Amino acid sequence: MSDVIAAALRFAEAVPAPLVWGLGAVLAMLTAGALAALVLPRLRPGVDHGDLRRRVNSWWVMAALLAAALLAGWRATLLLFAVISFLALREFLSLAPIRREDRLIVLLAYLTIPASYALLAADRYGLYLVFIPVWVFLAAPFLMACIGQIRGYLPTAALFHWAMMTCVYNLGFAAYLSRAPADHAPQAGGAGLVFFLLLATEANDVAQYVWGKLIGRRKIVPKVSPNKTWEGFIGGWATTAALIWFAGPLFTPLHGVGLAMVAALLPLAGFAGDVTMSAIKRDLGVKDTSALIPGHGGVLDRVDSLTFTAPLFFHLTVYFCFGETPWP
Amino acid sequence: MALIRLIFILLILRPIARFWTGADVFGRENLPTKGPAIIAANHNSHVDTLLLLTMFPARAVMRLRPAAAADYFLTDPVVGWFSRRLIGIVPIARDRAGTGEDILAPAREALAQGDIIIIFPEGTRGDARDRMGRLKNGVARLAEAFPDAPVAPVWLQGAGRVLPKGAHVPVPMNCTIHVGAPIAWPGDRARLMTALREALDALKAQAPPLRWREDDADGAG
Repeated sequence: MSDVIAAALRFAEAVPAPLVWGLGAVLAMLTAGALAALVLPRLRPGVDHGDLRRRVNSWWVMAALLAAALLAGWRATLLLFAVISFLALREFLSLAPIRREDRLIVLLAYLTIPASYALLAADRYGLYLVFIPVWVFLAAPFLMACIGQIRGYLPTAALFHWAMMTCVYNLGFAAYLSRAPADHAPQAGGAGLVFFLLLATEANDVAQYVWGKLIGRRKIVPKVSPNKTWEGFIGGWATTAALIWFAGPLFTPLHGVGLAMVAALLPLAGFAGDVTMSAIKRDLGVKDTSALIPGHGGVLDRVDSLTFTAPLFFHLTVYFCFGETPWP
Repeated sequence: MALIRLIFILLILRPIARFWTGADVFGRENLPTKGPAIIAANHNSHVDTLLLLTMFPARAVMRLRPAAAADYFLTDPVVGWFSRRLIGIVPIARDRAGTGEDILAPAREALAQGDIIIIFPEGTRGDARDRMGRLKNGVARLAEAFPDAPVAPVWLQGAGRVLPKGAHVPVPMNCTIHVGAPIAWPGDRARLMTALREALDALKAQAPPLRWREDDADGAG
């Protein structure tokens, strides 16, 4: 029994202090959200607050899963992101207009997930960089040509590549941050980098939404996303940039110009990811990519910004802190 | 055996269905959880039965009895054991329809015991093009015999892509399940069949576009 306690203490001591504080802050925000969901229906009865409650409840589940994976180490983090990639890719390929002959290609697209994440687990960064953008890029259209259905060939080939790049390749960078060695990210380790990327991305989503609700007037992309406003975009940008500028040095080795670049660009990337996925959904005529996460929609609805912010944050951090290549 | 079936459906089939297809349910509040009741769904794939068995709350699972073709599921002894014991099918001898034999007798017996019958009125799997085949009126004959049993229309979207007729490898793709308001016995079979067809068409119109590009071009039926 004392062995178990000793092991638990050793585990707790190994968790970097900023990560503990960061997770504590998330816990406090979730508690505030849960209280709001409890109090609001009493203050304003008659209005349906079920959606807020479902949203907050889902945030608890998502935060708990991510916190558990980050605390358990890079293997668990890679595994969790592989599952997220799978669910996002499944939603994408299910809604996208693919042809019945493409069932085999769909199966192969799923196989890029274990392959890509295995390369990350083996720390084969160079191979990871070229696997989907070069090898799969060449192989998938060739296999489609072998199947022999010509009608709609080019749009379908482009669609498969877009799906694998966003749902697998781009999200993989978020997971790969967890493999950063302690001497590269002495502030809070690789887990701290992943945590900070997710915190900044989700804070940007929430800040844009809240600023838009509070003072939003002028529509920014009315055809694609009618609820988005200039006020929400700018307010969200300023809030997230400030968060990154002040909290970034606690979790990441970013400083000076690199930190300023991430602070300025990450909110833009988050907005771009959100709007791009909205354009796809509007084209397909759906509001949500699935109903998996109550109050949020599908996995792809939740990670749309992350598919853009993850590669941006990864490459800026590597460029400004580690040089031309990351750690391996 | 009943316990094994419950464990099999809740702990093995349900996680597989969720992981492979998402299995999003819309209109869950319309789902009858007490028998006797009839669930009438469109049919494109063996995955349909998987989705219907795993969408119910645990307390209703033991009551579920999918009506299935005896000529297809009971010829092989292994498949037959699996179908009877684990899936809990009510065998329908399709090949003896029209011979004067009462092929719906096993289904009636199950309803009399308070079970929930799952029936595919098309009688066989379609070509997964989202087009509903002609509905056979067996479901109306069952409803006539049990006028108090609600008939819940269920539209299954996407299952025909996971495992179409003739395919052997199920490919993960999202499926949605749309449950309509239960239809009360309207007094005669023809009216029930019309109401059922209209209800299924209405549910289909709500379903997300989980279909192939070429079916989209067709206007999806």
